[in-house]
Formats: sequence, structure tokens, C-alpha cells
Amino acid sequence: MATETLTGAQALIRSLELLGVDTVFGLPGGAILPTYDPLMDSKKLRHILVRHEQGAGHAAEGYAAASGRLGVCIATSGPGATNLVTAIADAHMDSVPMLAITGQVNSFSIGTDAFQEADIVGITMPITKHSFLVTRAEDIPGVVAAAYEIATTGRPGPVLIDFAKDAQNGKFEFSWPPKIDLPGFRPITDPHGKQVQAAAELILKSHKPILYVGGGVIRADASKELLALAELLHAPVTTTLMARGAFPDSHPQHLGMPGMHGTVPAVTALQKSDLLITLGARFDDRVTGDIKSFAKGAKVIHVDIDPAEIGKIRHADVPIVGDAKVVILMLIAELKAQMKDSKPDYEDWWVFLNGLKERYPLGYNETEDGKLSPQYVIQRIGELSGPEAIFAAGVGQHQMWSAQFIKYERPNSWLNSGGLGTMGYAVPAAMGAKVAQPDRLVWAIDGDGCFQMTNQELATCTINNIPIKVAIINNSSLGMVRQWQTLFYNSRYSNTDLNTGTDTIMVPDFVKLGEAYGCLAIRVEKIEEVDAAIKLAMETNDRPVVIDFIVGRDAMVWPMVPSGISNDAVQYARDAAPIWDGDE
Amino acid sequence: MSTQHLLSLLVENKPGILTRVAALFARRGYNIESLAVGTTEIEGVSRITVVVSLDGQPLEQVTKQLNKLINVLKIVELEEETSVARDHMLIKVRTDSSTRSQVLEAVTLFRARVIDVVSDAVVIEVTGNAAKCQAFLKVLEPFGIKELVQSGAIAVSRGSKSMSEKVIR
Repeated sequence: MATETLTGAQALIRSLELLGVDTVFGLPGGAILPTYDPLMDSKKLRHILVRHEQGAGHAAEGYAAASGRLGVCIATSGPGATNLVTAIADAHMDSVPMLAITGQVNSFSIGTDAFQEADIVGITMPITKHSFLVTRAEDIPGVVAAAYEIATTGRPGPVLIDFAKDAQNGKFEFSWPPKIDLPGFRPITDPHGKQVQAAAELILKSHKPILYVGGGVIRADASKELLALAELLHAPVTTTLMARGAFPDSHPQHLGMPGMHGTVPAVTALQKSDLLITLGARFDDRVTGDIKSFAKGAKVIHVDIDPAEIGKIRHADVPIVGDAKVVILMLIAELKAQMKDSKPDYEDWWVFLNGLKERYPLGYNETEDGKLSPQYVIQRIGELSGPEAIFAAGVGQHQMWSAQFIKYERPNSWLNSGGLGTMGYAVPAAMGAKVAQPDRLVWAIDGDGCFQMTNQELATCTINNIPIKVAIINNSSLGMVRQWQTLFYNSRYSNTDLNTGTDTIMVPDFVKLGEAYGCLAIRVEKIEEVDAAIKLAMETNDRPVVIDFIVGRDAMVWPMVPSGISNDAVQYARDAAPIWDGDE
Repeated sequence: MSTQHLLSLLVENKPGILTRVAALFARRGYNIESLAVGTTEIEGVSRITVVVSLDGQPLEQVTKQLNKLINVLKIVELEEETSVARDHMLIKVRTDSSTRSQVLEAVTLFRARVIDVVSDAVVIEVTGNAAKCQAFLKVLEPFGIKELVQSGAIAVSRGSKSMSEKVIR
């Protein structure tokens, strides 16, 4: 094999190029300086200089979530590395394929409390899929290739590589491809045929099945297969927060999102079902509510690529370890063989479900203070932008409304911080998504609280010509926390006022802030201005756009199952539980 | 009800592997009773023997989580009936001319060994299963145990099969 003498830093850049990485988000510092030098000469790697390393991490996540490819971020040692921690934890919770590259002090200084030294491998051990510390240049190609393999294979997740400065500077004979030696890493993608057979039998015996679809279906790129399975069975579908877009919202079999703020039909269908066909979902507490009373009458088929998810929260009657796409295809073939010409009859089940859909559609009331309804603003953004756009949200009320009132028709169009619930995700994630998919319209739908955590990346967007659109759903408060204070703390609003609304001192003024960052920034307060503002944003592509939508602060997210309570107690609106007919 | 399980892990001998295993136990609230680590007949492969006590959690979750660690190659639970487990102890016992012979008698009875003697103490080495070691300690206690150090349990299955078969490809 032909070799070439390279420094460790050059080898790192070359390895990333050879693995097909085209973009990295990062910010240099002392311990990563050797790597930034050859990075400057790379023709294949675009480096985007962020303003805070957390932004680099979320941008890598957004890039990955929008494209399905590995997202890469770079930071220096010490504080640079620790600033990545939130994004790494976020990627770990939401199974995002991400590579975090950090500089480390010279190997001979490790452990001496050297300047900007932090044990980032130790710090991130519980929140990475795996991590490496590299102290020798010659190990770099093998480690980078192994990290790529681990991050993108099986259940995706973040991998961190910490490069000692002397490993970056050392010289060695580079050759490619390196030998990847991972004897303990053997993800199972092909399911057990007998289990698939058992699943098909259970499905055909059930009368009230539901496809409970999680983010794994999106990560496995199995939406098409899911559609075929759902239509073959004519069974209802619910898509979790992480799976919005895995199944078209316009499809009549779709009941919407389950869980704490799920639709009444989806929450109720799970509760009344006799069979959960669980695909890449993990029985998260925000979906199940009180686990003991969750879907008590249902048997469970649980399909997941991660064996540790199966049986973790809820017993699986038919556990299937495998890649969602492979499993669904096998299940379709098996069902067809078992069904012959007959189709399962879910007529009574659909009568019940259609009744729920009719009586309990998603809706909202106008605000009492006469300000804009946040739900209306978000719904119009979705309607005017269409299903080809990408929507990134932070965490809180605006996130839930975005999950509810935007209609998703395709996977990878909805990005959010689902598991970790990270304020500040939206702006940098939208930036990463726009870099990955430059031809798509990309919105960050953000809260006034979330926006203030990472809005400095607007500078990155303006300078690097990444024209994202930011819709601030400005209710002048930490809205979701305030909602819980309204409902559970006697409306005592402890530390949730942010003073960004028009009837406050408005610090900061988001329009001025947006302008300071070189964005087109406008404020919208009236319903008749909403459409024009959204259209203006869509037409403006020479710079980012910030729209400060001033919305009513008392709007709440409904339906809601209070935390830790049975999903049987779903409330359609405040103090309004659905009314059940007979004993259904 | 807490139950004890003895797990044998074959792991790649990489930096941090012990931290990863220990941290996983700590994070998920599994209680480690004892731990022993050492190299094996295969270069680069270490064996961790861990005794874990579980309060109602299924053992399956523990092994699944451990299996997710990239450097873990194989995990087996060794059952009492089909395996041999040994603890190793070094015990420093207070003795004088009047008690030394009684201590030495106990040493003989338990097939332990004296490895150091001074005028007012002896150091004893004992190997055996946990029950034997505990019984021996009980016998020595009245004389005064000045210092006790013990290894975690190590264990191996009975019969000719090896845990490392099929692990290294």
C-alpha cells in the first residue's frame, strides 16, 4: 500500500475527507491549533466558524438530522470541549450520528492540571456512544474510521475523539483504508425470522392494533416501508415527537402525536389498544405517562435496533432486535403470506377512532389579551412553507405547538430536542440543516427564552451566507414553565418573566438584535401582518431573517396529561376531559 | 429482595474500560459487591469478574447495557452449580505466646497458610469460596483482626469449554 508522510493533524483532515465528510462546525483554540492549519488548505472540507461551541454541536446535530449523514463539530480543549457537552448529551438522547473532535493538551501534560486541560473523555463517558483519547499520530486514521463506524452504524449516536496536541503534531506514514478493529461492536440489523412470524400472527389476531412509531423509523430511513405496512393493515398510526414526519400527517390513518401533549385520538388509541406495534420507539415517560396504567390491555411487539431498549420500560410479548427498515419489509412479506387474500377487519376500531378524531381535533382558543395566538402563527408558517421545508424548534410551548400545528409529510423535516429538552437548540440546528440542505427553506421556530441561549449563531449565519428564518414566538416568558405554574403552582409566576414583550421594557429588543447581526428583522403584532411577514421571510435569501411574533402569554398547550398521571386522564383543554361513550 | 449474581466479562484491555463498566453500574443504580480484573490467556483481552446485587431489577437489563459498551466482548453469568468461584484474603491477626497455637490450629483446619510471623502478629493467606472465607474470619475474630484485605471473587465455569471461544475472530 502506498504511504505518505503526514502529521497527525493532516491525517485527521485527510481521514475526514476520505470518509466523505464535507462540513465541520467549530471554533479553534490552543490545543486544536495544529489541526486548524491543514484544515485551511482542505478543498473538500468546509469549516464553519461558530460563535460558541454549543452552537457547533447543535449545528452538527441539525446537519445530521436534516440529511441523515454524520454531523461533525470541533472544539479546543478545556472550556471549548466542555461547551460541547450539552450538544453531545442532546445527540445521545436523540440518537443523532455525531462526531465531536476536541483538542487536548500534550500527552505528557495530561493529568497535571495544565492550562485549558479538562478530562473531556471522562466528562462525556455517560453521554457518548463511545469515546477515544488519541496520544499517538499513527493511531489517528484507525480511530477516526472506527468513530465514524460507531456513530453511524446500529443505533446512531455521538462519538468523541480527544486529540492530544503532540498526536496532532507527530509525523507518521499515512495509509488508507485503515484496519478497523472493533471486536465488541456488532449491531444486529437482521431480525430473527421466527420473531417476525410471531409478530405477524399477533397482528392478525388483534382487533385494535396501533402502529406506535418512534424516531428510530426516521433514523433507519424506513418511512416508505412504514407507509406500505400501515396501508397493508389499514391500522392506525401515531408518530412520537421524534417521529413527526415519519408518516404523512395528511394520511387518514394518522392519529397524530401521542403523549403528554398528544392528540386525544392518539393518546386514547394507545390506552384502548389490544396490540402496540412499536417501531423504533422507547416508551419514553412523556409518551406513556404513568407506566403502570399505560395501554393496560395491549400486548406489545417491540422492534428496536438497540436490544437494551427492549423490555427496559415495558415488557415485550414479541421482541424483535433489528433495523426498522429490514424488519418492516420482512413483516410485510410475512403478513402477506399469512393473510393470503383476507384482510384484517378493524372496522369497529375505526368507528371508535374516527369518532374521537371528529370530536377531539386539535384546536386552540383566541388569546384573552388580544395578542396573536401562537398556534395560529406557527400553523401559518407551516401552511405557507409547505412540506418540503425544514422546521427546527427548541424546547417548550413553541416546540409542542410546532409538533402539533405544522403538518409534516416527510422524514427529516422536523428537528427538535426531544429527549434532553435543550433550550437553544433551534437556531444552530437550523443553521446546520440549511448547510446540509441548502435548497430547502429552513425555519427555526424558537421561544424568546430559547432564542437568548444561542442567538449569537446568527452572526455565523450572516457571515457564511446561511439564510435561515427565525420565528420567535415571543410571549415574554419561559412559557412552558409558566404554564405549569398556572396549572400546578396557583399561578405564582416565580422567575418566568423575561421582559421581551411589547408591554415590558423589551430587553433585548429582538428586532434591534437581529439587525445588529445583519439579519432582516421585523416585529409582527397583528393577525393581518402574519402572512405578509412569513412571505417576506421566504423571499429574503441574501441574509437571515428574524421575525419577532408578539403572542399572548396565557396561551397554553392542549391537550395535556399532567406529569406522572395516567394517560386515561388526558385533558382536551383546561378542566375538560373527553367524554367517553359507554364503557369504551 | 436483593439477589446476587456473578458476571464474567471479557473486555478489550483499553484505557478507561474499568471506568466505563463501573460508571454504568453506578449510573443505573446497580450495587457492586466485589470486582476483580486481570489479563487472560488472550493478549489484549482482560476479564472482569463482578458480583452485583440487584434489588428487583432484571439482570437482563444489566447485561444488555454492559453489552452496549464498545469494548465489552462477552458477558456470561456464572451459576453456582456449574462454576467454581474463589475469594482470596490476607489477614493480619494479633497473636501472643498464649494464642499463637490456637491461631495456627485454625490455619491448618481451614487449609490456610501463614506467610509472615512476628512476635505479636501473624499474616495469614486463605483462598476459598465466600462462605469458607467468612467462616475462617469468624474463627479468627476473637484473637483480634488488625488488618484484612481481600480480592473480589474470581470464577470459572466447570468443564472443558472456554469463555473466550468464538470471541476473538
